[in-house]
Amino acid sequence: MNMVPSLANWVELFTHFASLSLLAVGGAITTAPDMHRYLVAEQGWLSDAQFSSSIALSQAAPGPNVLFVALLGWNVGLNAGGGPAAGAVAWGLALLGVLVTMLAIMLPSSVLTYTATRWAHRNRELRAVRAFKTGMAPIVIALLVATGWLLSAAHNQPARDWPLWALTVVTALLVWRTRLHMLWLIGAGALLGALGWV
Amino acid sequence: MTHLPPTESVPLGCPRSKTDLFLSFTLLALQGFGGVLAVVQRELVEKKRWMTREQFVEDWAVAQILPGPNVVNLSLMIGGRHFGLPGALAALAGMLAAPLVIVLLLATLYGQVAELPAAQGALRGMGAVAAGLITATGIKLIAALDKNALGLAACIGLAVATFVAIALLRWPLAWVLLGIGGSACLWAYRVLGRLEGQPA
Repeated sequence: MNMVPSLANWVELFTHFASLSLLAVGGAITTAPDMHRYLVAEQGWLSDAQFSSSIALSQAAPGPNVLFVALLGWNVGLNAGGGPAAGAVAWGLALLGVLVTMLAIMLPSSVLTYTATRWAHRNRELRAVRAFKTGMAPIVIALLVATGWLLSAAHNQPARDWPLWALTVVTALLVWRTRLHMLWLIGAGALLGALGWV
Repeated sequence: MTHLPPTESVPLGCPRSKTDLFLSFTLLALQGFGGVLAVVQRELVEKKRWMTREQFVEDWAVAQILPGPNVVNLSLMIGGRHFGLPGALAALAGMLAAPLVIVLLLATLYGQVAELPAAQGALRGMGAVAAGLITATGIKLIAALDKNALGLAACIGLAVATFVAIALLRWPLAWVLLGIGGSACLWAYRVLGRLEGQPA
């Protein structure tokens, strides 16, 4: 990776991510395929492995999944500065990358969300607003269950993956029927995985 | 501050200050491995009682349909409702600041442990738990459909159709939201009009 970052490159990165922000219906992760196309295939600012590990790490870390975008920006900056070994310049550019990508992905959608929801709240008695909320409720509840399904279906070899599925089902039952703290469950999952039992 | 009368016997609470918002959302975000939504539902609806289950589903529908990260949209909406723009920014900052620092630290450490089978196994195990958390959140919210004006049977029909379209047929989300979601909203518009004796 030897991109020489110019101001124009950073502006281009910002505008690309800002336009993706408004397309990210269903979460920032839905635009990941386009980010891959842009950063890895088109510009060559990231390696394939860096892209995948950014997504995997953000899933494993606490917090909103949108932070994978910060990691992409971080790696773009590090590469631009010549890698971690290059010292302070690289770390500085990495932070700049985080700033540029996160601002771009957050700003347009947040402004839209804030404005639209304030309007909807002031007009909450309108039949159209109530109809929207009434009609969408069953849809979004089903989307949650579907997300759980899709996460499990990514592991698709029954002979090898059945313990993982069992862990998912037991977790769902425990969260549904008990008030057990979620961190215990996450910790148990990490331990079972580290021991090689799931 | 809250926009609807509470539908259950215990009165609703609300955030005391912008600092309370910031700290609450920081704590939420830090517990949210593999997605924050499950924690948001449990903490804000079941423990702090800032909103009812029904309000949560309504807000979540809006957060989902607007572009941008869903839980981030949700934090903007909740913060904005109680303290306007400063509240929205406080909730947003809480949701992002601490997790951002942690994920950057993890990224710098990652190179050293990525090859260890135990580390990869731990990731697999945490992923399976995360799938269970999100499924249970959906199951728990089904109870919120009891009071839906469309009626429980129609809601379950819509939910099953959505699940099949997304999880089994793998249709793009935008189509499902526009197609099934759009029809459901039009239908709800008619039903609500009929309930209030207005022409549909």
